[in-house]
Amino acid sequence: MVKKDGVLAEKASDEMVEEVLSVYPEKARKLRSKHIVVKEEGSTCAIKSNIKCVPGLMTARGCAYAGAKGVVWGPLRDMIHISHGPVGCGYYSWGGRRNLTSGKLGVETFSLMQFTSDFTEADIVYGGDKKLAKLLREAKELFPTVKGFSICSECPVGLIGDDIESVAKNMNKELELPIVPVRCEGFRGISQSLGHHIANDAVRDWLLGKAERNDVGPYDVSLIGDYNIGGDAWASKKILEEMGLNVRNVWTGDGTTEGMMAAHQVKLNLIHCYRSMNYICRHMEETYGIPWLEFNFFGPTKIKESIRKIAAQFDETIQEKAEAVIKKYEPIMQKVIDQYRPRLEGKKVMLYVGGLRPRHTIGAYEDLGMEVIGTGYEFAHKDDYERTFPEVKDGTLIYDDATEHELDEFVNRLRPDLVGSGVKEKYVFEKMGIPFRQMHSWDYSGPYHGFDGFPIFARDMDMAVNSPARALTKAPWKTVKEVR
Amino acid sequence: MRQIAIYGKGGIGKSTTTQNTVAALAEMGKKVMIVGCDPKADSTRLILNVKAQTTVMDLARERGTVEDLELNEVLYEGFGGIRCAESGGPEPGVGCAGRGVITAINFLEEQGSYTPDLDYVFYDVLGDVVCGGFAMPIRENKAQEIYIVCSGEMMAMYAANNIAKGILKYATSGSVRLAGLICNSRNTDKEYELIDELAKRLGTQMIHFIPRDNEVQRAELRRMTVIQYNDKHQQADEYRALAKKINENKKLVIPTPLTMDELEELLMEYGILEDETAAAKLG
Repeated sequence: MVKKDGVLAEKASDEMVEEVLSVYPEKARKLRSKHIVVKEEGSTCAIKSNIKCVPGLMTARGCAYAGAKGVVWGPLRDMIHISHGPVGCGYYSWGGRRNLTSGKLGVETFSLMQFTSDFTEADIVYGGDKKLAKLLREAKELFPTVKGFSICSECPVGLIGDDIESVAKNMNKELELPIVPVRCEGFRGISQSLGHHIANDAVRDWLLGKAERNDVGPYDVSLIGDYNIGGDAWASKKILEEMGLNVRNVWTGDGTTEGMMAAHQVKLNLIHCYRSMNYICRHMEETYGIPWLEFNFFGPTKIKESIRKIAAQFDETIQEKAEAVIKKYEPIMQKVIDQYRPRLEGKKVMLYVGGLRPRHTIGAYEDLGMEVIGTGYEFAHKDDYERTFPEVKDGTLIYDDATEHELDEFVNRLRPDLVGSGVKEKYVFEKMGIPFRQMHSWDYSGPYHGFDGFPIFARDMDMAVNSPARALTKAPWKTVKEVR
Repeated sequence: MRQIAIYGKGGIGKSTTTQNTVAALAEMGKKVMIVGCDPKADSTRLILNVKAQTTVMDLARERGTVEDLELNEVLYEGFGGIRCAESGGPEPGVGCAGRGVITAINFLEEQGSYTPDLDYVFYDVLGDVVCGGFAMPIRENKAQEIYIVCSGEMMAMYAANNIAKGILKYATSGSVRLAGLICNSRNTDKEYELIDELAKRLGTQMIHFIPRDNEVQRAELRRMTVIQYNDKHQQADEYRALAKKINENKKLVIPTPLTMDELEELLMEYGILEDETAAAKLG
């Protein structure tokens, strides 16, 4: 197949993968080859994942602190999240994730602020426990409406063995607020994935079940693993509420401390990001008998499927309303498809995102007539890949913890019409001349979830793929030639 | 300038031996600096005749950062013109004392306390080298000579052997060498022979055998070295002899640490440890 820019596009094959990996030293080549597969007819999930990176190969992974503070705790809006340690981790995890919140800043939400204990030499040598207690006291004084604190440990706190748990216990009594120590030192584990688990465990041990609400109803649900990127959770919540369900809390996008403390009283947990929050769902199932259900609100096909799946857990009132919701939005969605599908039909996409979107967004692309020819995760586990294989077509390239070299080569060879990945990848592929969308932060756009999100998703993908700007840019050396 | 680090099991008498020996070196006309690398900060009290010296880290904590300190606030001169500094650090169970040692030594270096007129710098290090911070004095460009203080007690010998392992690690990547064992006698059985043999097995020498004498305690209670308190006493001569030997010592080796089995065999040979099989038969 010859592309219009004259670059020959290959098809994903075992031989191609082998060729790409052949530049590695033998040991690295062998290790990496287990993380990349081309899905074949009837093949089952045989891909290695959740293993430490190979030294020398550039990975896009983050750390446990990133997973706990940045992903799970950070979006919880009425708590103050303390980056406990030297200033860098706090500064560079400040406001980069676009998890939106409602409420007045400094009163009902602290999400846009950054609190750090700013460790210096003396704090390392003498320990930071006293400073932490002082910080908590001062923060409560400055922001009296705060509903609680999370203390997210950075590496040095773990290395010097500070006892943040006892500080949390003492200050909990003094300030009469939930204070949660999170042992998410960055050196723990092999990716941000362990940070999610640690954060889930901290919720379990320090928040969950610590409050009771009186207004418990039969349609109470929690929306779990939606971090409200660009307003995603609001779009998801809208659908659930129109179905007649009562969304008691979102974990943790625009979430509240009180909601999480009383989350053991809901009837069903609806989990969006399985990777980062399945732990707490399993715990609530075992301890409180609350069932949990995975769903997908990307693109009308998956939304429709998910609405019916969720409604089936409840009685006829909900089921009737669910059908009404589907009926209401179907023509609106069809309009979006009619508008964008002709412009995007047959376009090929490659994805490389975190722990959920590499499989969850496939349906939305397919609704627009696009085809995902390659996908992979930074930090997924085996159960994520098991959920991915049925979603992709034969011949799809699947890569786990892809290195910079592999991703560059795969994209360059397969020449997709669009790459969806993160900020670390964005400019590399744009320089390659391939349209790109950031699929972690929605590239300053969003929401992409729900019926509200799909028109924006479709518009953004069209904007990237069909931007006339691409035809106008020329390589500088070519311009020089013309001038002569 | 010769830089010397003194290691050994906790409570073996490193600080006392160091200060008495350094006092004897000063008496010989040598210019010496002592750097205490122990949060207890008791490495300089016998030289300065004070209860406790202001330490680098304690003052840094008070001021906020180590950059705010002046050298003369933490470097004092005591008996015989000996310069004294203490790293200081946290109370037991909190923070990171090892990092305190690193910070303090870096500070002393940056502030130019290692002047060319010094003949000796002595590092008196915390008993157990538990982390990288306490190995700071033997890393690149610092102490090249190590003396291990020990006694005929089993645990002191275990510790000496472990320290030798640490020295071996840094010896292969740098210029640090083992210079000898100093036996600070506890009057145990066959102590002289045992430590002399251990030294040989480690590839080094027992540089001196310091007999036990209560005059050391009497001097210490008055915050003095024996040299200063009672310079006519025979114990003062012992430290003078050790100082002279160190001054003339040329035998710097890469140690050959023993395995646990070898160490136990040695103890059995000298009748300190009973042969387990023999003991079982008797039982």
